[in-house]
Amino acid sequence: MNYSPAKIVASGSAAPPMETEKTRKPLVRAQHVNKTYSNGTVALKDLNLDVYPHEFISLLGPSGCGKSTALRIFAGLGAYSGGTMDWPQSMYDVSGKPEREVGFVFQEPTLMPWATVFDNVYLPHRLKDRPKAEVADRVREVLELVGLSNFANAYPRELSGGMKMRVSVARALVTRPKLLLMDEPFAALDEITRTRLSNDLLEIWSLAKCTVMFVTHSVFESVFLSQRIVVMAARPGRIIGELQVNAPYPRTKEYRLSSEYSEHCREVSGLLDVAMRS
Amino acid sequence: MTVEATLSVDDRTEGQVAKPERKSWTDIVDAVLPLAAGLFFLGMWEFLVYYLKVSKFILPPPSAIVKTFIAEWPTIFVALKYTAAVTIGAFVAAVVSGIFFGVLLTSHRRIERTFWPYAVTMQVTPVVAIAPLVIIWVGLDRVWLSMLILAWMVAFFPMLSNTAVGMNSADHGLLNVFELYEASRWKRFRYLQLPSALPYILAGARISSGLSVIGAVVAEFVAGSGGSRGLAFMIVESGTLLNIPRMFSALLMLSIFGMSIWYITASVQRLLLHRWHESELKQEN
Repeated sequence: MNYSPAKIVASGSAAPPMETEKTRKPLVRAQHVNKTYSNGTVALKDLNLDVYPHEFISLLGPSGCGKSTALRIFAGLGAYSGGTMDWPQSMYDVSGKPEREVGFVFQEPTLMPWATVFDNVYLPHRLKDRPKAEVADRVREVLELVGLSNFANAYPRELSGGMKMRVSVARALVTRPKLLLMDEPFAALDEITRTRLSNDLLEIWSLAKCTVMFVTHSVFESVFLSQRIVVMAARPGRIIGELQVNAPYPRTKEYRLSSEYSEHCREVSGLLDVAMRS
Repeated sequence: MTVEATLSVDDRTEGQVAKPERKSWTDIVDAVLPLAAGLFFLGMWEFLVYYLKVSKFILPPPSAIVKTFIAEWPTIFVALKYTAAVTIGAFVAAVVSGIFFGVLLTSHRRIERTFWPYAVTMQVTPVVAIAPLVIIWVGLDRVWLSMLILAWMVAFFPMLSNTAVGMNSADHGLLNVFELYEASRWKRFRYLQLPSALPYILAGARISSGLSVIGAVVAEFVAGSGGSRGLAFMIVESGTLLNIPRMFSALLMLSIFGMSIWYITASVQRLLLHRWHESELKQEN
């Protein structure tokens, strides 16, 4: 295969989104990260990935390629077996643990059914001992951002699947994370809701001014959303290539119908085919 | 899931969640039907006893039972107080100890492994079998205490096992959320495990409430005339005296008491869960 990871990553990192001196320093840098499960399965092999501030980056690949595992390692959930994870822009505490400022949106909304929407979004602050009165404005602000201002007192069971996912996004954003990690968040939703949430996510991303790492198995979703698409292959889980999507934001319905969009989709699909064959 | 249908559109401008309309006549029918069935049953009983000329030593008619119930009310009331004290004491003890040991048991896998077999042993041993022993140990001068212990032993296990299952039933995704924000063990317990376990704990409490009545009755049967003055002893005593209407009166009191306990625990459950738990929601198709 002529898709050697090093070569393509090098060409990809030549154009990070905004090239000022400060932002060229990556937010997170994964170097030679490996992960082997206790049963011997190699989930990730030699993962090298720099994530830059304010990027929208997608991890795309067939199931079992370790994209979710990679995302969890970025979140600090679960240990990795080798390599280094570096947070060049973050503070490190005395034990050498970085202060990751991350939010995580899981495949399922993972809301507490016994708590209102407001309390669900308040949870990250509650766990950090910040009083409700102090952060109530922030909670309301972030609910406004995801379009759920009127549902602060509703319970999760009273919401539709798409609205639950919005609450989950609000909860992830309430601490103003630098990095928002999303693990196939829209996979379980219907096509119409998914399209709508994708549009809204781009708006949220531009307003919240954070970096998004988005795991997906949909070529179209990744091309619509991201600036950079990292394609992964399975057995062992590894990065096989990377593509830039230079279309400007805001991306609208016209972009979905443009020839530029379908051209990118073809490219990404081609790379995904390589991933499936290898 | 339930209200999904009323919110088919994922609309951010949609204001309020539609509340299903309450159909009052269905509620009335629901309330009247069981009452009517009960009255019909009692009428048939009364009629058949007269028609077939059943001796009141075998089966007294409902009217005779009610008459005795009213006439014997002071005695019944004293017996009720006695049985109620044992039952409620045992129930409260079972709830408190069941939650405490359930939480303790699930806090460490090793503790669970070590003590679980003994909890099961305690459950499968028929309490009646060790009742005489408990009464001897506690002493005949404190029969009340030994009955409390016996009733507690019957009511304890459902609380323990339900709490243990509930504590382990926290959603894995939510556990990940708590891990992500580096929640302390206490916060994980307070804000995740305890609320997740609440429906299980309440279901356990409902089973325990019924069992503590049974436990109290069995304990009174075993303790016999050695000092028990409760409703169950009244039944035994009336049986020996062949005073069947009095026996039924005590039984009636016992059923009313058991039902009140059941309804109280059911209302507590509804009060705590009605806004979020599937078990308390009305399903509309």
